[in-house]
Amino acid sequence: MSTYVLSDCWTMTRRELAHWARQPVQVLVLLVFPVMLLLMFGYLIGGGRGVEGSYVDFLVPGMLALTMAFGLEGTMLAVTQDLNKGVIDRFRAMPMANGAVLVGRCAADMLQSAVGLAVLISVGHAIGWRTHGTPGAFLGAVGLLLLFRFAMLWIGIHLAMVAGKPEMVQAVQILVWPVGFLSNAFATPGSMPSWLGTAVEWNPMSQTATAVRDLFGGPGGEPGHVGAAVLWPLALVAVFFPLAVRRFARLSR
Amino acid sequence: MADTAIGVEGAHKKYGERAALDGLDLRVARGTVHGVLGPNGAGKTTLVRILSTLLRPDGGRIEVAGRDVVTDAREVRRRIGLLGQHAALDEELSGRQNLEMFGRLHHLGARHARVRAGELLERFGLTDTGRTAVRAYSGGMRRRLDLAASLITEPEVLFLDEPTTGLDPRGRAEVWASVRSLVGGGTTVLLTTQYLEEADQLADRISVVDHGRVVADGTADELKTLTGGDRIDVVLRDAGQLGAAVALLPLPAADISVDADRRLLSAPVVDRMAALAGVVRALEASGIEAADVALRRPTLDEVFLHLTACDDRTDRTKEAV
Ligand SMILES: Nc1ncnc2c1ncn2[C@@H]1O[C@H](COP(=O)(O)OP(=O)(O)O)[C@@H](O)[C@H]1O
Ligand SMILES: [Mg+2]
Repeated sequence: MSTYVLSDCWTMTRRELAHWARQPVQVLVLLVFPVMLLLMFGYLIGGGRGVEGSYVDFLVPGMLALTMAFGLEGTMLAVTQDLNKGVIDRFRAMPMANGAVLVGRCAADMLQSAVGLAVLISVGHAIGWRTHGTPGAFLGAVGLLLLFRFAMLWIGIHLAMVAGKPEMVQAVQILVWPVGFLSNAFATPGSMPSWLGTAVEWNPMSQTATAVRDLFGGPGGEPGHVGAAVLWPLALVAVFFPLAVRRFARLSR
Repeated sequence: MADTAIGVEGAHKKYGERAALDGLDLRVARGTVHGVLGPNGAGKTTLVRILSTLLRPDGGRIEVAGRDVVTDAREVRRRIGLLGQHAALDEELSGRQNLEMFGRLHHLGARHARVRAGELLERFGLTDTGRTAVRAYSGGMRRRLDLAASLITEPEVLFLDEPTTGLDPRGRAEVWASVRSLVGGGTTVLLTTQYLEEADQLADRISVVDHGRVVADGTADELKTLTGGDRIDVVLRDAGQLGAAVALLPLPAADISVDADRRLLSAPVVDRMAALAGVVRALEASGIEAADVALRRPTLDEVFLHLTACDDRTDRTKEAV
């Protein structure tokens, strides 16, 4: 039986890719949105309280982390929409591997995020962002960002199943934004009131952003955060992955 | 038992306080078509969802193709096809993409899945629209694709939950023809319906379900005799002679029903041939002209009304029947 797990997961991944092929505009919108945010904060809002050095060098890694965090919404929306479709009944009445539907979602979202990162990094370069670390450190930073996205993904899948209906997702979305902005994406915690600064420092997204800034060799980076940027997401995955798979298996049974 | 394809003993399922299945029993012999007939809310969909492993029963012993649906769900899933009450298709993908995907998930292998998808599209007249997104399909096309999807692996047991509800007469005829052609192949079919005619046309045996339990079962003929056997219909040329005919025909006058608009007089009979001969002789002797004299069995509608009237309770939802 288990020999089919990989093939089932691949089939479900292909399904998501086929959806993209039929809806190229939607895919484009998802890629363009973070670019717009980056340009908005880079040029319109500007600033960067407490930042020493180039603001762009501070901002771009923060935006990369923020984009990974906001991926949670996209995942949730896709999962709730999918679960309310009749086709899920057919999947569940077939002898396919348990959870392959979720793995397909996961693979597609990770791929989308990787492409999104590549686009943002290119645009960042175009507006003057420069890294000062080694190529190895650069790849390590990208890896940390994708690991963070992976954690957001399983949280998103789980929350989507808890929420159930797409309407409920909006309620969760309202929570995602403050968590995304209550981070060091745009400003250093030191420039904030102390209670806020503490919350911001504890935000897993801040850990990832700080570690990534360090690896890119830009302002706002501090050595010693890579460990937290690895452990936080792994801990989240360890909690939410089994919860999500179990919840899917018991869906309306 | 080896010749039992579906065995249900004492199935219970509650949604909150409401019992959808209330001790339902059912046995379907291998290779037969079994009709589950019942009004809206009788528990048909709940039964099908439990049989197809989508829903966990609260109690009872339920086996499909010799496997327990709760403890051996995966083995059940390898042997069944499901046409649910609502389309179970990926609306964003084309018909062909849907069928190929389901074939792969049944582990046919990529090439076999492709060939099978082509065969099924052909068989259900969907080859031309095989590349269109299902979202753009008509109701009938969707139903046919859904049926094709449930036949990917030539299942041992096929569940059809109200397969023709919402279809036009042509769509209905197409689905009926497909179901008939399956039976030759040895597939066991469990079909739910609100249409009495559909059960009569397709099913070898019928279980009438109401309030989550079986209130009667048997062949269509057996069910019809439950309401009191055969009837004789006499249609006269002249409606003005109906009164005379009632007085004169050798039928129990109290049981004769008269429909003046159709110039029809109808009565239950015990000995079919004697009654027919007696009526024809009496008509000839009296000179009353008849347009038609016929013996007939009661319709399933008459049976259904009779059965559910016997079992009436207050919370019934009958409007859809
Ligand atoms: N998901 C559900 N939640 C609550 N009640 C339900 C649900 N599904 C069905 N029911 C109730 O269970 C009973 C049987 O429903 P169902 O099996 O759909 O009947 P049928 O298919 O014969 O119309 C009905 O009274 C219906 O209202
Ligand atoms: Mg139903």
